[in-house]
Amino acid sequence: AQGEDVWRTRVEKINAELFTLTYGALVAQLVKDSDRDYADVNKQLEKMGYNIGVRLIEDFLARSNARRCADLRETAEVISKVGFKMFLNITPAVTNWSPDGKAFSLLFEDNPLTDFVELPEDAAGLSYCNLLCGVLRGALEMVQMQVECSFVKDVLRDGEPSELRVKLIKILEDEIPVGED
Amino acid sequence: MTVYNLYIFDRHCQCIFYTEWNRRRKAQMSDEEERKLVFGMLHSLKGLCEKMSLAGQADNIIAYRTSAYKMHYYETASGLRFVLNTDPNVGSMKDILRQVYSQIYVDYVVRNPLVRLEERIDNEAFTRALDRYIRSLTVFV
Repeated sequence: AQGEDVWRTRVEKINAELFTLTYGALVAQLVKDSDRDYADVNKQLEKMGYNIGVRLIEDFLARSNARRCADLRETAEVISKVGFKMFLNITPAVTNWSPDGKAFSLLFEDNPLTDFVELPEDAAGLSYCNLLCGVLRGALEMVQMQVECSFVKDVLRDGEPSELRVKLIKILEDEIPVGED
Repeated sequence: MTVYNLYIFDRHCQCIFYTEWNRRRKAQMSDEEERKLVFGMLHSLKGLCEKMSLAGQADNIIAYRTSAYKMHYYETASGLRFVLNTDPNVGSMKDILRQVYSQIYVDYVVRNPLVRLEERIDNEAFTRALDRYIRSLTVFV
């Protein structure tokens, strides 16, 4: 598979524990800075993710040589099997399609971000991996898809697996130069 | 054979980078006007190719050639467009432009957190790497 090839030959690896602990430190610092305002932490994580996503998409395209997808089903497959594979070495299952085909879920059996993590009692409002929602939103916006993402189930609160819902709002039109139509 | 100049346009139709090597003659218009015309022409060409396509989907423009020059075109899924003008006898530069995107643009612009995206590229490391790469090509004489 393409994601597997890219992962093996074109990605520099780093120590997974270093990565997990770095992300943990980031979330912990945000919690501290916001004085345990978890809704605010979720928002900050999403925003950071967005800023990562708008850059990460170029990295993704450069490595994978992917073209624009024909429909959302193809996009979902590519996100799971190439995107997540390439950057995190996981392949979340694509499932729970809405009847109109405009929303789907990614199920995370395995997620390096949440290794070693236990939430404190009062942190039920924290969406620990909310960064990923932002990454997807930012990356997809750059290929002209406006989406909404959120964790509807979180392994740290609700048990396995985490479920990330992706909803297509609209396909953005390519911009055209001024004075043409 | 030689390489004349390179334009990079972003997804907002703006020219975010321009540089030239062996360009012997200036166009009879302002730089800004020239860039707009180049973008507009490619936009129209793309529209035409879409309408005329036999495959029923957008064909990719790779290059076109006149008696005096050849214009090479590479567009990414994220809407970046790389346009390179060379001598008309130069072969396909598709892989070269892909390389400019994936090895030079991504490394020096996207991965540089201090460079703001979707603005004019004003980044020495990028300019130097690009210049070195283009000058190293066998078609660059």
